[in-house]
Parts: sequence; structure tokens; C-alpha cells
Amino acid sequence: MAKRKNDIILAAVVIVFAALLWFGIRILRSEGASVLVTVDGEVFGEYPLDTGAEIRIGDGETYNLLVIKDGKAQITEASCPDKLCVKQGEISFDGQSIICLPNKVVVTVTGGEQSDYDAVAK
Amino acid sequence: MTGKQISEYGLLIALAMVLSYVEFLIPFSVAVPGVKLGLANIVVVFALYKLGKVEAFVISILRVLLMTFMFGNAFALIYSLSGAILSFAVMLLLLKTGRFSPVGVGIGGGVSHNIGQILCAMALLETKQIIYYLPVLFISGTIAGIAIGVISGILIERIKQKKA
Repeated sequence: MAKRKNDIILAAVVIVFAALLWFGIRILRSEGASVLVTVDGEVFGEYPLDTGAEIRIGDGETYNLLVIKDGKAQITEASCPDKLCVKQGEISFDGQSIICLPNKVVVTVTGGEQSDYDAVAK
Repeated sequence: MTGKQISEYGLLIALAMVLSYVEFLIPFSVAVPGVKLGLANIVVVFALYKLGKVEAFVISILRVLLMTFMFGNAFALIYSLSGAILSFAVMLLLLKTGRFSPVGVGIGGGVSHNIGQILCAMALLETKQIIYYLPVLFISGTIAGIAIGVISGILIERIKQKKA
């Protein structure tokens, strides 16, 4: 029974550590300033996060619809079969990204530093 | 190596490979890559208790090698191996302290497997962003480890075999 107690302690330590890590990451991450869109490695465009916009990435049949709203970017519609890019949800923190493998689209949040103060000023 | 040992290795490696494949067949996807049950680890934990550390290590590594040769690529091999090796080291350590049941060993194995893979991915992809996945992988590793530990514990209890 002593072993069972140790097992529980081990599980508890791991869970507490995971929680601390989660909070640590949340505190340390910073809001990004803009999103960089690349298609098949080529830069498609860069858009500021503080201005709302709807960008259609791609042409004709193959496309991803990127929506920027309230400082967050998200893909709301896509032509790809698995729709994983849509499921990845909203991104706004520096370094976060949405990747659509079928359409070779990568959306990455860039430029964290200065926007921290902007967020406070708002 | 005696005939008995060879057949034991063959049986257990084959079993571990089948379990990996079964897991691969179960459609289970979450937004975070790396969340999985790790059924093959049942065999490794069992071998660790019943056969010995060398045997368990050989089974673990050969399973990874054979599975990647069949289904993976060089990248997958590095990920899998780093997970398997770190996981094995932690499980052996926990077992040697004599203070944990198979459940504790399973938790240690599950969590450290995920840590090994994430560290390896961070080094290979040269990105620190995937550290965001780590808290989720800690929790999923714990849950998977408990499940694997409970199953292994039952097997270790039921299959009364002398240490080879």
C-alpha cells in the first residue's frame, strides 16, 4: 500500500508541474503585432493584427480564408479536406501559427515586443 | 542465448509491434500531436519486471526500429528512439527505487516518453514554440501511464513466471 501512495504522489507531482508550466507559459508569452502568411514557402503577405481584415489566401478552388478580428487571427474557411487549419482556432501570441499542410499555407504571428504596451494602452 | 530466450524475445517483440499497430489503427486525434496511449509499453513494463532490464531494453529498442523500418522515416526514428530511451531510463530508475508499483513506473514512462519526444522535436525543428504542447503532454502521459501501469500490473500478477 505504501507503493500505491507513492504512485499517487508521483502522479500529483507531475500534474502540479504541468499546471505550473502551463501558467508559466501563459505569463511569459506576449501578444504579437502582425501575422505573416506564406504559401509553399513564399511570402504571401503580412497583415497587422490590430486592424480587422478578411484575406483570401490562394485562388479559385484552393483557398484559405483568414479572418483578423479583435487582435486575433483565424482561418474560418478552407478548401482542404481535413479542415485542421480551421480547427486550430484563433492565434494572437508571438510565435503561434496555423498550418494547413494540404494547401501549404503557414500563418505565423510575429513581432511581440512593442505590442505589449499597446495592449496596456488600450 | 538459449532457444527459450530467443523465442521469448521473438514473442514479446512481435506482441509489442502488434500493439503499436493496433494503436495506430484506432482513430484518435486531438489538436496536440503526441497524445497517445502507448500500448506497446505494456510489453516493456512486463519485461522489465519479469525478464530483466537488458531484455526490456532490447525489446523496446527493437520494436521502435522495426516499426519505423516498416511505417516511418528517419525523422520518426529519431523522435521515437529519444522517447523510448528516456522513457526506459526513467522506468528503470523508478523500478530500482522499489517504491513504486507498475502504475508509478507506467506514469514515469508515459510522461518521460513525451518529454523525450518534445525535447527532440525542439532540437530538430529549432523551434521553442512546441513547448506549448508540454503541459498537455504531461497530463496525457500521466493518464496513459496509469492505464498502461494498471494493465501491466495485472499481467505481472497473473503470469507467474520465474525471472529468466
